[in-house]
Amino acid sequence: MSDKPKKTHKGGKDDRAESAGSRRLGVLKTYKLYVGGKFPRSESGRVYEVTDSKGTWLANAPRASRKDARDAVVAARKAFGGWSGATAYNRGQVLYRVAEMLEGRTHQFAREVADAEGLSKAKAAEQVEAAIDRWVWYAGWTDKIAQVVGGGNPVAGPFFNLSTPEPTGVVAVLAPQESSFLGLVSVIAPVIATGNTAVVIASERSPLPALSLAEVLATSDLPGGVVNILTGGTAEIAAPLAAHQDVNAIDLAGAGEALAKELEIAAADNLKRVVRPQPVDHLATPGIERLTAFLETKTVWHPTGALGASGSSY
Amino acid sequence: MPITASSAAHALTDVTASDSSLRRFLHGLPGVDTVGLEARAASLGTRSIKTTAKAYAIDLAISMVDLTTLEGADTPGKVRALGAKAVHPDPTDRATPATAAVCVYPDMVATAKEAVAGSGVKVASVATAFPAGRAALDVKLADVRDAVAAGADEIDMVIDRGAFLAGRYLKVYDEITAVKEVSGAARLKVIFETGELSTYDNIRRASWLGMLAGADFVKTSTGKVAVNATPANTLLMLEAVRDFRAQTGVQVGVKPAGGIRTTKDAVKFLVLVNETAGEDWLDNHWFRFGASSLLNDLLMQRQKLTTGRYSGPDYVTVD
Repeated sequence: MSDKPKKTHKGGKDDRAESAGSRRLGVLKTYKLYVGGKFPRSESGRVYEVTDSKGTWLANAPRASRKDARDAVVAARKAFGGWSGATAYNRGQVLYRVAEMLEGRTHQFAREVADAEGLSKAKAAEQVEAAIDRWVWYAGWTDKIAQVVGGGNPVAGPFFNLSTPEPTGVVAVLAPQESSFLGLVSVIAPVIATGNTAVVIASERSPLPALSLAEVLATSDLPGGVVNILTGGTAEIAAPLAAHQDVNAIDLAGAGEALAKELEIAAADNLKRVVRPQPVDHLATPGIERLTAFLETKTVWHPTGALGASGSSY
Repeated sequence: MPITASSAAHALTDVTASDSSLRRFLHGLPGVDTVGLEARAASLGTRSIKTTAKAYAIDLAISMVDLTTLEGADTPGKVRALGAKAVHPDPTDRATPATAAVCVYPDMVATAKEAVAGSGVKVASVATAFPAGRAALDVKLADVRDAVAAGADEIDMVIDRGAFLAGRYLKVYDEITAVKEVSGAARLKVIFETGELSTYDNIRRASWLGMLAGADFVKTSTGKVAVNATPANTLLMLEAVRDFRAQTGVQVGVKPAGGIRTTKDAVKFLVLVNETAGEDWLDNHWFRFGASSLLNDLLMQRQKLTTGRYSGPDYVTVD
């Protein structure tokens, strides 16, 4: 399974390889998983070859196993208490910080996206900028979503009745297969914005932007374990996650029709929330569907005592 | 079954004749090769136990758990809940074996006894001014009498570490024999608190001292200090019980306690038992785990094996 990396490069095309005329040997990056705030190799020791859109070798990415998925769920569960307990304001700050960190690495990501998706430099840059704006957009929503989907309910009795949105828990996310970076950000950010923690399976064919995003997340004040990124066979990793009793929801954005059906059946076993795959224009403003998809509503009845003549006891 | 320690008129009786003969004997035990011991424990921890062997190990480990609650905040309700869990660890799967015992403070023994009545699950009680052991001998003995009168099947005593470290071995020996006498039919587990004994040599000496004094079980720790059961100190104690049986014909049990939280850890300990003391000890009469959170992990792993999907903490009790 784990073939030796071929030491061939697209000579002179970019700074990853040794540049023409230079005697220096390029330093290749070992891409690794991102689990619990650390960068482990796959427990299985497996890797697979990642190529660009033309079939040229780019790097070897880890091929995660079901045990990596299990470890990622443990890490996500561990991180859930702290992250969901953080104030919405604080979560917004952290998400904005991710955007700040990305801004400085625009070129790196534009290059990776261009390689992965076969886009022109300009088109790739547009994707990366949209992704950065997406983080800012969701950062703004963290402390506003409660006002939109929560609120006071009029009830027939002497009670204050308040509904507040609460995060669902650990969410397994199958990132979109085609949009390797903007699509990825568009599914991760709404999950963690509301206080969930995520186990993300990156695009199978182009996982490198996701693994580079992990480096950004690790340096953005995001507590370890809030986002865990796995690469490898989507079907292989998704199956144990869909059946996992400690995963509370699953986003099937990156699943094909047959796989999505299979996973939905497995997910029904412990009543996971399921978001079915649907066609999305990632460049458009996303709306709040992905935020509300992973929220529960908590309603509190608070006695106010007898109502006075004015209709209120206050 | 081998003869019990208390009735053994074994070959080592004269070493306990006086403080100096006891010291001569304990200090005459071979020194422990620290590096070798830890390397051996680590290498045995790398054994791969899978599928049917794993299922066997998990069930065996569940049947060896002394389900423990030793908190100042223990309530009768908590002890009853623990008793129910000991009898049916996984109510959704009745094929799950019961645990070996519940382990509580002496004042909770009666409650625990009621909770496990008729199930075969034993009630163990810590005693002798647990966990520090800093009390006069009559106070300790009264503690033990209390627990036995309340119906405890097993007594977990702590040794006087202060006396042991000061080299007053005969005092420790006399205390253990006194407690043994008061325990009557209850099996006596002797806790050395290995984390406070500083050296492996001391752990070996303490093990032999406890066995000479008539312990039915040697137990690593109270679970109340920083360093509890480790593979290395448990391996050392397993070697001691093996050698003790070879010399005297008396079999003594081993109970690592504290810090064993995962199935993986538990299986490593079972490998140590099998490879060191042998199959005779692979039974909850001779080997126990003192633990509380370990049971939940064992149950989750068991559910994974039977259903094929990973389980989660939502499917086991919160203790």
